[in-house]
Amino acid sequence: MPRSEEIIPKIKRQQIMSMLAKGERLDGRRLDEYRPISIELGVVEKAEGSAMVRLGNTISIAGVKVELGKPYPDTPDEGAFIVNAEFLPLASPTFEPGPPDESAIEVARVVDRGIRSSGAIDLKKLCILPGEKVWVVYIDVYVLNHDGNMMDASGLATIAALLIAKMPKVAVKEGKVTILDEWVPLPVVNRPVPVTMAKIGEKIVVDPSLDEELVMDCRITVTIDESDRICAVQKGIGGSLTVDDVKYASKLAVEKAKEIRKALPPLPSIEDVEWIVKEGQ
Amino acid sequence: MSQLVRKVERPPRLIDEEGRRADGRKVDELRRIKIEVGVLKNADGSCYLEQGRNKIMAAVYGPRELHPRHLAMPDRAILRCRYHMVPFSVLERKSPAPTRREIELSKVIREALEPAIFLEYFPRTTIDVFIEVIQADGGTRCAGITAAAVALADAGIPMRDLVAAIAVGKVEGQLVLDPMDLEDRYGEADMPVAMMPSLGKITLLQADGLMTLEEFEKALELAMRGIKEIYNKQKEALREKYLAIKREVEVT
Amino acid sequence: MAVYFTQREIVVPGQLLAKGPYQLGSNVYKVGNAIYSSIIGLAELKDRAIHVIPLKCCYVPKVGDIVIGKVIDVGISHWTVDIASPYSAILQVSDAFNKVIDTTREDLTKYFDVGDFLVAKIIAFDRTRDPLLSTKEPKCGKIDRGTVVEISPAKIPRLIGKKGSMINMIKKEINCQILVGQNGRIWIYAENPEDELLLVRVIKRIELEAHTSGLTDRIREMIRREKSRRGNVVSASKKGRKAS
Repeated sequence: MPRSEEIIPKIKRQQIMSMLAKGERLDGRRLDEYRPISIELGVVEKAEGSAMVRLGNTISIAGVKVELGKPYPDTPDEGAFIVNAEFLPLASPTFEPGPPDESAIEVARVVDRGIRSSGAIDLKKLCILPGEKVWVVYIDVYVLNHDGNMMDASGLATIAALLIAKMPKVAVKEGKVTILDEWVPLPVVNRPVPVTMAKIGEKIVVDPSLDEELVMDCRITVTIDESDRICAVQKGIGGSLTVDDVKYASKLAVEKAKEIRKALPPLPSIEDVEWIVKEGQ
Repeated sequence: MSQLVRKVERPPRLIDEEGRRADGRKVDELRRIKIEVGVLKNADGSCYLEQGRNKIMAAVYGPRELHPRHLAMPDRAILRCRYHMVPFSVLERKSPAPTRREIELSKVIREALEPAIFLEYFPRTTIDVFIEVIQADGGTRCAGITAAAVALADAGIPMRDLVAAIAVGKVEGQLVLDPMDLEDRYGEADMPVAMMPSLGKITLLQADGLMTLEEFEKALELAMRGIKEIYNKQKEALREKYLAIKREVEVT
Repeated sequence: MAVYFTQREIVVPGQLLAKGPYQLGSNVYKVGNAIYSSIIGLAELKDRAIHVIPLKCCYVPKVGDIVIGKVIDVGISHWTVDIASPYSAILQVSDAFNKVIDTTREDLTKYFDVGDFLVAKIIAFDRTRDPLLSTKEPKCGKIDRGTVVEISPAKIPRLIGKKGSMINMIKKEINCQILVGQNGRIWIYAENPEDELLLVRVIKRIELEAHTSGLTDRIREMIRREKSRRGNVVSASKKGRKAS
């Protein structure tokens, strides 16, 4: 989706900068404070899992679908997942219809990396017939209203949708796969949470609003998993960070991720779940 | 959280002996409709609509400058419209790229809304309507038009009338109002209609399947009854956006 | 002859307002002898004319209007200015200053740059071309301090109030400067930054509640309550601000 650049008024830029110098933000938040987060679960009954996330006025919706497919040649015994993100033209006066542009693809790729590196989905459990048939999990994320930090809104919507997703069991008999009418949770075993921060002048703020994004010098996203490990990092837009900035940002991310994870649904209990029933063996 | 819908299965009868449909409705009964106005902060006008399991988000931007400029009309605004379904809106994941169906629907929806708007008030500009189907369960083009008309009015765009839309289907030989996906799939005919109700003007009419002339006329009458009901809901929702504020502040 | 609404009723496009020999006011249209609303707004019968006061509308430029624009492009001999309207405006160098500027030698960004707000008057506009601005008029020119708030231009009359009642009350209660652009942008400046933040909230509230009654009193009460609350908490840290 091609976008035109929004122009921030100079006096607003000055105001943001002078308030930041005093440790204040235009919307009254502390530098390390998120906007209110709300997560609505299961908003689309026809999706295997879905969630709508509101981060202030930014709204993202994610939907999960599972389909049978072929595994990748290098991982014949694992299922696959694909994250696709789009910024809809109804989300902002600067978004236009068209295929995802580089920023939307960046969001999809960063969200994907968080899920992949943290092993959030146990892909081994999605393999039905090694090298032949596996489950493919499609995650589609759509931004409905853009007021800054589409990355975290999209990342949270994705993990929330995965956490509550249900998929059908299958039976395998003599190499034949039958989809059963019995639904089980997706094998989700980790909850990665992306934390995006903006560097504006000498300060670092979390969860930048659109106004802040328009004046930021640099952006960094650090995704943190259930055990406080870093599972994805992305420095965004031009600009640069110092080593101290990066250390500060990663520490802050660990702290914030812990806080935000409380708003997510719990991991599904999958200890006794069987995804594949092998018959006649 | 609502129950997941996992498959559409044809029941033995789509309409039972007592004239009840698979979801318990009578043949001339609409699905439950919920309309919310002004739900997206960035848009000039917006509307979220639920009609049964259909979930639609519509947004309007404009009138605004048109780029590239050579597309602009010297004497009026142009109307652009995009109808799009998100991949998880249906049971079988749909590719995110626009399909031929979505392109055709975008065109007929635009043509259904165009007659209602005083486009001549804003020469050389564009009014953009975006309809996103979050969940589809039959009759989404009509639900999309109903939602888009509310979003246009919410944007303060001068209009001759709202546009309300509904489909009539033919199922097991009987005409039914507002068919859902199941009835669409196994029915014999489907006819979406949109009109400007106050002015009595039809702005969209399509049909597929087979109907006798007599059935066609009856279907039109049934559609008009449904449209009147939807029209009332649209007006109510638009007024409610402002009445709610009034109630809140004037009481205290 | 009949009227189908009560005074100041909220009406929607296509709603039948009256039948008979009434005059057509704003935002209504006629089919035969029936008069319909063309917009969402408050219906009014005044001197035998039927009007609808819009609850929302876009700004259509009018010659003589004072507007607040944002520079979005700098050309060789003009600036392109966003005036919160479907039409971008043009400010020619010759309409900007009373002195002569040699555009072959001077960089125009030193006068107005992208992102600058400016106060200007609309000096020409018709259906065939974009509006032209002038900053030579009194009060016009670059805005380099304070805050610009944006509301729907439909709510500007309410912000001003009958004979300026609302805006005068605000100025009396809060020590500030306010300049209202007809395009829905309002420039505010107060010595005390907290007052400026309060003003933003006041203006946003007027926009939200413009169609309700008793608004001036509620706004006065809001300002006084806010000020006394603040007075109790931070009377010690009275901050001044240098005017630039």
